[in-house]
Amino acid sequence: MSVRRLKENFKQLLAYKSAVAGLCILGFIIGLSIYAVITIPYEEAVRAWRLGEDISINNPRNAAPSWINLFLQKNLPETIIIDTLKRESGARKAVVFPETGNVGALRIELPFEFNYDDFPSELNLFLTANYSEIMPYITIDWVKPNGETIRLKEMVVKSSDRYYISIDDELTKRLRTYLSEKVGFEVPYEIPPQMALFAVEDESVLKPETVQVLKGKYKMVIVGTLFERQSNVDCRLVVYGKVFGLAGTDHLRRDLMVALLWGAPIAVSFGVLASISISFLQMIIAAVSAWYGRWADMLLQKATEFNMILPFLPILMMIAILYRLSIWVLLVVVIVLSIFGSGVKTYRAMFLQVKELPYIEAAQAYGAGNVRIIFRYMIPKVLPTIIPSLVLSVSGFVFLEAALAILGLGDPVAPTWGKIINDAYTKGALYQGYFYWVLEPSFLLVLTSLGFALLGFALDKIFNPKLSEM
Amino acid sequence: MKRELFAFLRYSAKRAITLIIVVILAVYATVIIANMGGYVDEIIKIQTRDSINQSVFQNPAYQHLSTEDKKKLADELYEKEIEALGLNKPFIYRSVGYLFSALSLELGKAMYLTSDSGSKAVRAIIVERLPTTILLFTTINLMLFFLSLVGGLFLSRKYGSKLDKAVVSLSPLSAIPGWFYGIFLILIFASWLRLLPYGGLVDVPPPQNPFDYALSVLKHMVLPVSSWLLAYSFIQTYTKRTFFLMFSSEDYVEMAKAKGVPPRLIERRYILKPTLPPIITEFALTLIGSWMGAIVTERVFNWPGIGTLFYQAASFMDSPVIIGEVTIYAYLLAITVFILDIVYAIVDPRIRIGATGT
Repeated sequence: MSVRRLKENFKQLLAYKSAVAGLCILGFIIGLSIYAVITIPYEEAVRAWRLGEDISINNPRNAAPSWINLFLQKNLPETIIIDTLKRESGARKAVVFPETGNVGALRIELPFEFNYDDFPSELNLFLTANYSEIMPYITIDWVKPNGETIRLKEMVVKSSDRYYISIDDELTKRLRTYLSEKVGFEVPYEIPPQMALFAVEDESVLKPETVQVLKGKYKMVIVGTLFERQSNVDCRLVVYGKVFGLAGTDHLRRDLMVALLWGAPIAVSFGVLASISISFLQMIIAAVSAWYGRWADMLLQKATEFNMILPFLPILMMIAILYRLSIWVLLVVVIVLSIFGSGVKTYRAMFLQVKELPYIEAAQAYGAGNVRIIFRYMIPKVLPTIIPSLVLSVSGFVFLEAALAILGLGDPVAPTWGKIINDAYTKGALYQGYFYWVLEPSFLLVLTSLGFALLGFALDKIFNPKLSEM
Repeated sequence: MKRELFAFLRYSAKRAITLIIVVILAVYATVIIANMGGYVDEIIKIQTRDSINQSVFQNPAYQHLSTEDKKKLADELYEKEIEALGLNKPFIYRSVGYLFSALSLELGKAMYLTSDSGSKAVRAIIVERLPTTILLFTTINLMLFFLSLVGGLFLSRKYGSKLDKAVVSLSPLSAIPGWFYGIFLILIFASWLRLLPYGGLVDVPPPQNPFDYALSVLKHMVLPVSSWLLAYSFIQTYTKRTFFLMFSSEDYVEMAKAKGVPPRLIERRYILKPTLPPIITEFALTLIGSWMGAIVTERVFNWPGIGTLFYQAASFMDSPVIIGEVTIYAYLLAITVFILDIVYAIVDPRIRIGATGT
């Protein structure tokens, strides 16, 4: 195909609205892939995905994407982090030691403003302490906007310590009694600390669905005693929100954006590589069998029959489970299992017609060898007619990757769209209403396959005009 | 006549032999893969070794023995157990044994899975799961088949109409597989509207009354069936319509039209007659293929069929169940192919006399 014809075809293609739409979609997906590859190195993406909570501890769990606030009546909270090591977060810390003696006083204030319409999802306090022998001792207080002060905990601080406020059972019990006394009625259910600490203290707390958020300035005050001169304490309060970033997070607090971005290059390259290599290998096999005929042809027919009896997905699953393959090795297995697929028969029928054309005879007459005839004369003749089906089959392979992930057989390390769906599915996202978790990767999957489908159908009309008349 | 019969028999025998060879090869390939080329045996050996060691060293009856003697005893027991399991022979040798027992449908016992009735026999497990898969996917395929046949015929008659164009433009919907639509349907009809169940076969606990039971199963079938119809009905209608259109522009159809043959008769005699055999072949193969269960669809809808069974078997590396399923599938498919070949040979004289068309 000359460059001019290619240009002509491209112009023809642009005449179809569906093709233009398809090209735009594919452009977007490819842009996304390039962006992912450039901004997040693969190792980092894999690390972020595998280590999960170890590195995304500051993210909320199962948080919806932030833009969801645009569609809601109420304003869901973002995550607030106040860190004594980061002055700009508003944290204040003072350490005072007397002229003599080793006992010093510590005071940390962690103020923040909370003006959202819903409660935080969790509250955690992360502490680090410097000491050589005696651990610092601290008391933690919670100051509400109405001035009420609540004692949260008294504790010694290890060198790396954490206090999970939301799951402190003792605190939960105390807060319930506290609220019951405030309101004058017994609170009839266990109110979790992240709600109790932010609740308006009136009768609305008596029912879980009516509890209201008290907006305003909150403060956590930590007062402590240090027993060594070099001793020090730093801390980070994380008020986990209910929304996060552009994509939200999953059950392991991972930013879904990483997998959504990296899913694009993986899905596209898996689909395109599979479809191109399978089409070409099938074509070569078909051309060889059509050209040589006789036993080569017979062998091929038997191979396709064998392939038909061997169930594709089960065999692929078995290999994937037993050998724990990475997605690229899996790709090779997919290709090997598909090269004797039904496409071979279609191509073979085409080649049998091409074989009889006069120009092949002419080539033989001037002494072209078998290999030359197959690769230089037969395959190029058929190539344009298979381009549409090649493009169309990409979607199938993109979904194959997702299907394998749904069966838990995706790549063990790489983040992919299918794996997000699988996680969402196994963690009951549909039951619990975390729709974004399923919808985001699904949307991208649909978009990708739609792009290839639209382009493929338009190409079909251009390259196989006879069929498209109907 | 006699010569023709002879040619027909020779053709049938040839097909039968090829198919038998293909089945043997396919099952053997499965045996090799399902045993990981012998690796599964190593796992069993280690497990046996562990359990024997444990039973010998912790058995109070052997307390008087020295460690040396205990080891000796354990080794002896292990050898005996391995021999009883037949694991003392090399894998290649045993794989042939597996092949023959699979081919004679002596599927043996599952390693880990059990049937709901508690049986460990592979056959019992498969027979228990098969009906649910057949129920669901035969329903789906029959619906798809008749819908696309009638729809395709109708559209080929109304070629160029708005409806025709709509179906053509909706056919790219099939780029998305059925299970994927399933997720969306669950999201809409189960999570959001709460009209239909998330998945499974029947309500829990299952209704006692057979009528209610059937109704409950029906209710659970709505979403899987519609997800497949959504995914595949447009493309199938579209391809059938194109197929009919191709045949309706043949010369003999034009001729019949010119002669004034009524359109219904043309449709039946000149269009459906030559197009139905390949359509039915395709349908038969799809139907048999569907009995292997659509593994992903069954997983999405939690449908307790043969596909889910395969998924479980593969996750537990339960080789006997895997081999059993593939063997039954290979047999079913080979028999179907054979019957179709024979039917074709009877119908089409070109095949019967062994002429090869291009």
